[in-house]
Amino acid sequence: MSVLLTATDLSVSYGKVVAVHNIAIELPGSGIVTLIGANGAGKSTTLLSLMGVLPAKGKVMFDGIDITRSPVEERVEMGISLVSEKRDLFSSMSVEDNLRLGCYRRNRSHGGEALEEVFGRFPRLKERRHQLAATLSGGERQMLAMGRALMARPRLLMLDEPSLGLAPLIVRDIFRIVTDLKDSGIAILLIEQNARAALEVASAGYVMELGEITTHGPAGELINDRRLIESYLGIRQ
Amino acid sequence: MDSTITLFLVQDGLINGSIYALLAVAFVLLFAVTRIIFVAQGDFVAYGGLTFAALQQGSVPGSIWLLAGLGVIAGILEFLRERHTLTRPRILGILAGDFIAPLALVGVVILVAPYDMPYLFDMALALALVVPMGPYIYRICFRPMANASVLVLLIGSVGVHWLMIGLGLLFFGAEGYRAAPMFGANFVVGPVLVSAQSLLVMGATLALLVGFYLFFGRTLAGKALMAAAVNARGASLVGISPSFSGRTAFLMAAFVGAISGILISPLTTLYYDSGFLIGLKGFVAAIVAGFASFPLAVAGAIAIGIAEAVSAFFASAFKEVIVFSLILPVLIWRSIRAPHHEED
Repeated sequence: MSVLLTATDLSVSYGKVVAVHNIAIELPGSGIVTLIGANGAGKSTTLLSLMGVLPAKGKVMFDGIDITRSPVEERVEMGISLVSEKRDLFSSMSVEDNLRLGCYRRNRSHGGEALEEVFGRFPRLKERRHQLAATLSGGERQMLAMGRALMARPRLLMLDEPSLGLAPLIVRDIFRIVTDLKDSGIAILLIEQNARAALEVASAGYVMELGEITTHGPAGELINDRRLIESYLGIRQ
Repeated sequence: MDSTITLFLVQDGLINGSIYALLAVAFVLLFAVTRIIFVAQGDFVAYGGLTFAALQQGSVPGSIWLLAGLGVIAGILEFLRERHTLTRPRILGILAGDFIAPLALVGVVILVAPYDMPYLFDMALALALVVPMGPYIYRICFRPMANASVLVLLIGSVGVHWLMIGLGLLFFGAEGYRAAPMFGANFVVGPVLVSAQSLLVMGATLALLVGFYLFFGRTLAGKALMAAAVNARGASLVGISPSFSGRTAFLMAAFVGAISGILISPLTTLYYDSGFLIGLKGFVAAIVAGFASFPLAVAGAIAIGIAEAVSAFFASAFKEVIVFSLILPVLIWRSIRAPHHEED
């Protein structure tokens, strides 16, 4: 399978504190790859640096193009979208305005079609299209954040903890949507607290500890890794 | 105080309040998008008015050299900043936008300034000279420290203000100037004499405020700018460049300042440092609005304009004291009413 994104020797520091140290990641052109690890392992920092939000050392290639020095907006234009852990919505703006701004940089000429697609995928957002984003529930906010990212019709969608703080039923819906997105051909890089759920939908996984990647491989193998199970899946055998 | 005096004071207050409203909107916009409390906002008023007055008098305004200097510095900084990623079209773009365009404008001004040009042509030329200074100042002074604290950005803006004041003295001299009005007519409305220029100021203010409302409410570009103000990282994640937002906000702020200066230059004598006090009153209105609400900023500015006119009538020596003292009850009220909240 073709490689969509490769990051090599990627390091990110917050001042003198090294949060991510010389990691290497390779993402295929389709399917789900998950990044799992304990809190503070550097997962979100990795996603933010791949998006260009945080400055990083190393090299990042996307579709054969060196994007190491590219600013966020260029990465968005090339087809990378990030749904951050904080959602980062425009809370004082309507649901529809939030969505329309999703194609500000990419896919603007097909914004109308993309909006209907997003409404088809998230009917709740259509019902609330004129409502302010600040008035949405946690699940709806997550749907809006994902919908806004999808408006750009990204080639790579990075999801940071999409189930964080949501009720189990809504988490199930979110995972169903993530699987649907994978089936529609979008490459997904997923960070998820629920490591088992993430590995069940992913084809491959990377495990991060203290800013370094300690293990990676097919999701089927990782889910049966005894040490991993004890450390991250919360199960003792 | 009879009704004639009251009407006169209200008229005076509305004219001044209109200008303060425009400046307050610029303060709120700049702060919301860039977190900069731009103290030098009023200096655009002085530069706009004095540049226009100089052109009307047939002399070359010294502000052309500031524009040329800012363009060249911004261009050199751009080359340095992008030295690793420069492409041929980008090099040509920087050369055209930062070197050729401002220098060509300088050449045009030197050539046409001695001739008696139409009023609107002088207005357009004054705007063309002053408005680009906004984005240039942002690129030179504020973009390199975009992630600094609000306090550091404020100190930076104070620095820009003093630089503009000093250069203003050099360019325009210590004397005051007043431009000729666009329309010299006066109308009698009931007991009050209203000048056409006053109506122009209020009409232009209203048109600009409606323009802002439509821009922010109806266009994707306006919504993108608001999005950058609401959540900078969220805006960045959908591809709204923080640098572009900053440049656009400064462009709009410089336009608002320059057009305000041009509009009031026939009504009041402008000096190189007049902008500070005018800007400060817009700043007070922005504080009334908590640096967040455009309608509140406009309402606050009109209230300040009227308060200023009334206090000038009753206690002219304490006019400024009364106007600036209005900040205190507003701040106390806001600190009680509005609890601290984090960014989205």
